[in-house]
Amino acid sequence: MADQAPLICRDIYKTFAQLEVLKGISLETKKGDVISLIGSSGSGKSTFLRCINLLETPTSGDIIVHGDPIRFTNNRKGDRIPADNKQVELIRAKLSMVFQSFNLWSHMTVLENITEAPINVLKVPKKEAIERAEAYLNKVGIYERKDYYPAQMSGGQQQRAAIARALAMEPEVMLFDEPTSALDPELVGEVLKVMQSLAEEGRTMIVVTHEMAFAKDVSTQVLFLHQGVIEEQGTPEKVFDHPDSERMKQFLAPKF
Amino acid sequence: MFDLKGYGPELLSGAVVTIELAFLSLALALALGLIGAAAKLSNSRAAVGIATAYTTLIRGVPDLVMMLLFYYGGQVGVNMLSDYIWETYEVDFFFQFNPFISGVVTIGLIFGAYMTETFRGAFLAVETGQIEAARAYGFSNWHTFRRVMVPQMLRHALPGIGNNWQVLLKTTALVSIIGLTDMVRVAEEAAKAERMPFHFFIPVAFVYLALTAGSELFIKWLDKRANAGVIQES
Repeated sequence: MADQAPLICRDIYKTFAQLEVLKGISLETKKGDVISLIGSSGSGKSTFLRCINLLETPTSGDIIVHGDPIRFTNNRKGDRIPADNKQVELIRAKLSMVFQSFNLWSHMTVLENITEAPINVLKVPKKEAIERAEAYLNKVGIYERKDYYPAQMSGGQQQRAAIARALAMEPEVMLFDEPTSALDPELVGEVLKVMQSLAEEGRTMIVVTHEMAFAKDVSTQVLFLHQGVIEEQGTPEKVFDHPDSERMKQFLAPKF
Repeated sequence: MFDLKGYGPELLSGAVVTIELAFLSLALALALGLIGAAAKLSNSRAAVGIATAYTTLIRGVPDLVMMLLFYYGGQVGVNMLSDYIWETYEVDFFFQFNPFISGVVTIGLIFGAYMTETFRGAFLAVETGQIEAARAYGFSNWHTFRRVMVPQMLRHALPGIGNNWQVLLKTTALVSIIGLTDMVRVAEEAAKAERMPFHFFIPVAFVYLALTAGSELFIKWLDKRANAGVIQES
């Protein structure tokens, strides 16, 4: 079981009312993969990421986390919903997410933010959870801010705290939803540096990003989404240097 | 010292009744408000309907009318229920609807409706990102409610709770109408007997003022604590 794929998505469709946002996205990860999802706004990349941990329920398609397929059923209106909320909670605990706008709980200190889910969801003993949190805070370089509230820190520090929160779950896969898009330009670097060090440690990551340099230098695989389908897929060298798709060429073309 | 013509102990016990009434009603109102807000924000159409009927009804009827209705009507209702239970099940079930219970129930119900609106608005003010983060980390609905939604909601609700509490405290004076010997009732009797209205009503006014001023300080302190994670703009 050890080398089972951390995450497999098969043929994911998502429709909002009349609008078809995802039209059959598939993805398979190996342990240690860093997969970048790129594409213009509205291409469906964030929606796909949110489907993976069921913040959105895919209209059809399978999601398999470490060999465990998520079970679905239909509600009275005929909409597809997860069949077992406990399963969803367990699976979410294995796929921790880093959000664009950080979403640290504003009424908790940094340390409380990081220990909350390990203690209450994973049932890690409190003392151990605190040690774990402190180790990860050290790793992202904001140990000295552990007793601050999120609002007392810069955006870059908040996002690093959010990454520590994700790490403390010791997840199968880390999901990053445009983690640097809400940051001032001079703060982007510190967050990307942390993410690069995680990639080098062999953590499995899926990153929705507009940072082309990061996608190119750090990823093992790049997926280019356009209007809900994967237009181009492969190693960064292939996608960036020898793309087949016209759309990808246009996307990469210098804008001015 | 101010001479209360021997009514001092009675006024004091009246003040205690006022305070007990206010706190018990507040507890009931807070509980009803939380339940009402949860119902109004739920997906169940029945729950939304009941909660909406409750707030519309209560907020549309004068407090005094409600109180008289509960005090006189409440006892009639209990009597009818007790007769019915005796006739069908031969079980003896009865309780006396005393003025204190009617007061707590009426004031609690009235302010429960206002609290429902306060809490509803406060829940809606919680950023969706905060709730989404909780879901994304595997929190159950109950855990999300308890650890994220309620603490964040309280920050938005506290000013409204404080307001409702002050009005509630003053509304307790109405129970003297249905014969509860609260502070106002004692003062009224004393003022009539001694023909000295100022002498008795002014101290009563000061007790209310002291209570509201004190609770304002307490709410300010709570507010500061609830806003610990928020940068104060001053």
